[in-house]
Amino acid sequence: MGATSWGFKKSLWVFHLNAGACNACDIEVLDCLCPRFDIERFGMKLVGSVKHADVLLVSGFVSRKVLPQVIETYEQAPKPVAVVALGSCGCTGGIFRDGYNFAGPVDKLIPVDAYIPGCPPRPEAIIDGIVKLMGKL
Amino acid sequence: MSTIIPIGPFHPVLEEPEYIQLYVNGETVESADIDLGRIHRGMELLAQEKTFDQDIFLVERICGICSASHSWAASLAIEDIVGVTPPDRARYLRTIVHELERLHSHMLWVGLAGHILGYWTVFMWGWKYREPVLDALEMITGNRQHYAWYKAGGVRRDVADEIWPEILKIIDEFDKNTDMLIGAILDDPVILSRLKGVGILTKEDAIHYGCLGPTARGSGVDIDVRRDDDYGAYSEVDWDVIVQPDGDCLAVSVVRLLEMKEACKIIKQCIEKLPGGPIVTEIRDIPRGEGVGHIEAPRGESFHYIRSNGTNMPERHKMRAPTFLNIPSFRPRVKGETISDAVLIFAVIDPCYSCTERMAVLDPSGKPFMTGQDLIKLSHEKTEKLRREF
Ligand code: SF4
Repeated sequence: MGATSWGFKKSLWVFHLNAGACNACDIEVLDCLCPRFDIERFGMKLVGSVKHADVLLVSGFVSRKVLPQVIETYEQAPKPVAVVALGSCGCTGGIFRDGYNFAGPVDKLIPVDAYIPGCPPRPEAIIDGIVKLMGKL
Repeated sequence: MSTIIPIGPFHPVLEEPEYIQLYVNGETVESADIDLGRIHRGMELLAQEKTFDQDIFLVERICGICSASHSWAASLAIEDIVGVTPPDRARYLRTIVHELERLHSHMLWVGLAGHILGYWTVFMWGWKYREPVLDALEMITGNRQHYAWYKAGGVRRDVADEIWPEILKIIDEFDKNTDMLIGAILDDPVILSRLKGVGILTKEDAIHYGCLGPTARGSGVDIDVRRDDDYGAYSEVDWDVIVQPDGDCLAVSVVRLLEMKEACKIIKQCIEKLPGGPIVTEIRDIPRGEGVGHIEAPRGESFHYIRSNGTNMPERHKMRAPTFLNIPSFRPRVKGETISDAVLIFAVIDPCYSCTERMAVLDPSGKPFMTGQDLIKLSHEKTEKLRREF
């Protein structure tokens, strides 16, 4: 086991990037923190800066205005960083893929390690996705 | 000389990517600017490319919190064009879901306000008590958020009578928890001192800026679409509009807390009185014409205007969410306050930026793109053009 995978084995710190989501996905992410789902029992927590994060969780359809910032955030993240595309919007653009302000989906812009589909995905699905990702890393 | 303090676009206390500039002199905030456009999704154009039935699913996704409000307003607009009224059972069911949404939205705000104040406990409490409401919504509609339940003419799925006792239990529990929370928040001297007298919006300013919803009611403006323009089952149940005169952050918080109690009251009465019968009035075609629908979303009045040209797609779908009018009230509120209170003052209107985005400017040079006068001219020209066409 290399040093990187050893580092990924325990507490993953997650930075959540809202790239044009409708709020529902973001609320479900925050819901994971609340006492019912309590994602911290897996050692995960949300951090305020991508420089502290192991996982970059991108929700939303990625608008053209937010596009440079998504790429910049990814570049700022210490590598290796696992990228998760959250929600139908993050995975494919969802219902907004025909919009004129659509620059995504996320996997066209930055390499994505896991997809969590759903509109919005339930907190259980989010936790499941990230725990599966933990096993993969 | 004022210094500029940037907040955002990806800041831990902001849920959404927004960029706020504070102009400060020492500790005191002199003015503020906000840069929107990161969540602009081109909703209005997308709505014109979908059929009326699909439109309801699209407008739900304007905002994850107010999805019942937007879909109800759009349904009302379509019903207005066709000239049908939904059956009684649908009216009551719609009211119940809408009020449940108000409960979870206000509770979410209480949690976030606690988070901003540095009270992680209030955040955890708020979000813990909010969960059962989402369960109730899931029991009724099948989804925690984005219910896909409203439909022009009524609702999409009927509800089995067996679930109501369970939902009443959840509401009773919620009511009790709200009482506890009201006591805990309003008795805490630290929270009080952070809220009382901070970020005052006078009644004149609230009217001048056209504020809506709890923001306006916290400043003593007595407006509420639920009472002023009767829709749903609101005229058949007993409830009060909560108005507070002070206009500070405390007044707005009190409005939200007491509104949760009113919402519990409305839901209980609606469940008691829930009539039987059909849940939808069938709509076959949508004739040429225009219709409006407006409802009181948790943050204020949501307004939808739809124009139909006789095909199965709307020719124009205009949406206006309440935050659009509440955001400009930041400026008078934040003037003269300290930096540490600024974020709280931004959060007090419960902003929902994804509802608000009207356009995105992609020019990175930072030069002014259009002035207010230019925009007014553009809007006049467009209105003239539409008038000639229609
Ligand atoms: S996937 Fe659905 S819930 Fe998530 S941001 Fe997109 S529209 Fe909203």
